[in-house]
Amino acid sequence: MDVNANAPASPEKIDVAYVAHLARISLAPGEQELFQQQLEHILDHVNKLNELDVSGIEPMAHAIPVKNCFREDVERPGLAHEAAMRNAPEERHGQFFVPRILE
Amino acid sequence: MIASIGLEVHVQLRTNTKMFCGCPNRYGGEPNTHVCPVCLGYPGALPVINAEAVRLTVMTGLLLGCRINLKNKFDRKNYFYPDQAKNYQISQYDQPLCEGGQLEIQLKDRTKIIRITRIHLEEDVAKNTHFGDGSGIDFNRAGTPLMEIVTEPDMDNEDEAFAFLTALKQILAYADISDCNLEQGNIRCDINTSVRPTRESPLGTKVEIKNMNTFRGAHRALAHEIQRQIREVQRGRAIPQETRRWDDDAGVSSSMRTKEYAHDYRYFPEPDLLPVELTQTQVDTWAALLPERPPERRERMVRDYGIPDYDAGVLAADRAIADYFEKAARLSGKGKAVSNWMMSEMMRLLTATGQEIGAVKITPEALAALVALVEAKTINQPAAKEVFAVLFEQGGDPQQIVQDRGLVQVSDTGAIQGLVDQVLRENERSVQDYRSGKEAALQFLVGQVMRISKGKANPQLARELLLKAIGS
Repeated sequence: MDVNANAPASPEKIDVAYVAHLARISLAPGEQELFQQQLEHILDHVNKLNELDVSGIEPMAHAIPVKNCFREDVERPGLAHEAAMRNAPEERHGQFFVPRILE
Repeated sequence: MIASIGLEVHVQLRTNTKMFCGCPNRYGGEPNTHVCPVCLGYPGALPVINAEAVRLTVMTGLLLGCRINLKNKFDRKNYFYPDQAKNYQISQYDQPLCEGGQLEIQLKDRTKIIRITRIHLEEDVAKNTHFGDGSGIDFNRAGTPLMEIVTEPDMDNEDEAFAFLTALKQILAYADISDCNLEQGNIRCDINTSVRPTRESPLGTKVEIKNMNTFRGAHRALAHEIQRQIREVQRGRAIPQETRRWDDDAGVSSSMRTKEYAHDYRYFPEPDLLPVELTQTQVDTWAALLPERPPERRERMVRDYGIPDYDAGVLAADRAIADYFEKAARLSGKGKAVSNWMMSEMMRLLTATGQEIGAVKITPEALAALVALVEAKTINQPAAKEVFAVLFEQGGDPQQIVQDRGLVQVSDTGAIQGLVDQVLRENERSVQDYRSGKEAALQFLVGQVMRISKGKANPQLARELLLKAIGS
């Protein structure tokens, strides 16, 4: 696992073209500029939180103070094969058949 | 040039069910028959953490001397590839279950410490099969618990990497953490390698080789990759940071992707899961149940049974074999003799028949009884070997086999004297040879006594009587 690959870009500026590439979304002409504005607006809004003094407040990993939700290691019935395959665009040899995967 | 190797080892955990749902964690099975809305990635289906997977990962951390992070959490690793349906894999990013730690590896003439960076828990992905005109996806493996063990770049060559994988597998098998079946892909690793001029120079650019599923393959891939990098550097070329694929049949590696296309996984905390907060008491309870590790067991077996270090190492390498040995050795009180049988006939027949020690017909009780028959000189060594073969094939009671086959050793001086006299009469030539200084002739004569006794004579006694008769 390459931890550095996840280094965030500047938190203020959002690179819409890059984010679109990561999300495998192709943008129509003009959309990049439009989304740039809209997303920066959202970021500005969220950045207001930075104005709060949170020193001395312990960060929470979750919005509700609940932890340790585990399940016992016991088998439970899942989906029958036919039911699972009902959402397959195409099926071959019992598998979901998709366009050829390239590395 | 010096190579530096770090490993990322993926281990499938031995649980009944998957990491986040109750589907069976079982190899094989018709495609897409161990699936449910969670592991198929249906929108809205919620994962729940398998407590046993957490316990097994903590046990591994304890066995490798890691720090256990009582507080830890799961994150989403985002990427697009049809080996899972959610477009993210649930993993642990900045708060893994275990950090630090080490594993001692056994090299030819010394041992070496390899540092462990971290151990985290994640979910395995679906299996892709490539057909000519498209690809198939089987989700049976998707969502099964996968533990990733990351090492520091402490290994210098392919032999050390191989020794690390072997030692790790031993420990995981010992503690029942994984089935460790390489054919079923229970242990797979990614290899990071770089080269640098001297030990003092900074680490070179690392190249990653993905998804090795045999230790021999990893060994071959590394031997090849290190030489390739050294050649490149010597030709004055820079090593690009890239991911390579190893073709074990062809013995070559090829580039998969370079740094420009490196994934940006955009990790963020998994909002569908709650944080994990273990208590020290819980961890201590698990720690108390840790099995003895192979290196300690080896040392103890040398002490307890007076067997050579090498033998102890071979026997301790496999928990089931070590358990078998110890049981037989305790029953018989003759550790060395039991070890000799284990190291020779048992290992040979196990390999020849492809059997596991757990399934053999010869019980530890029978082996102990066989050792006792030899010690009491009831049977001689060749007869004992015959009895062992019968026990291995059919099981049963050694005493009974000895009686049925009439293998009781003849240690009666009168009876053997008769045989000796006969042999001396029929082999005057050898007697003369011996008297004229040919030592080997005596061994021939002993062999003749054994032959006409049908293997039942006590060979020591036969030798003594022969010597008495022909002087010296």
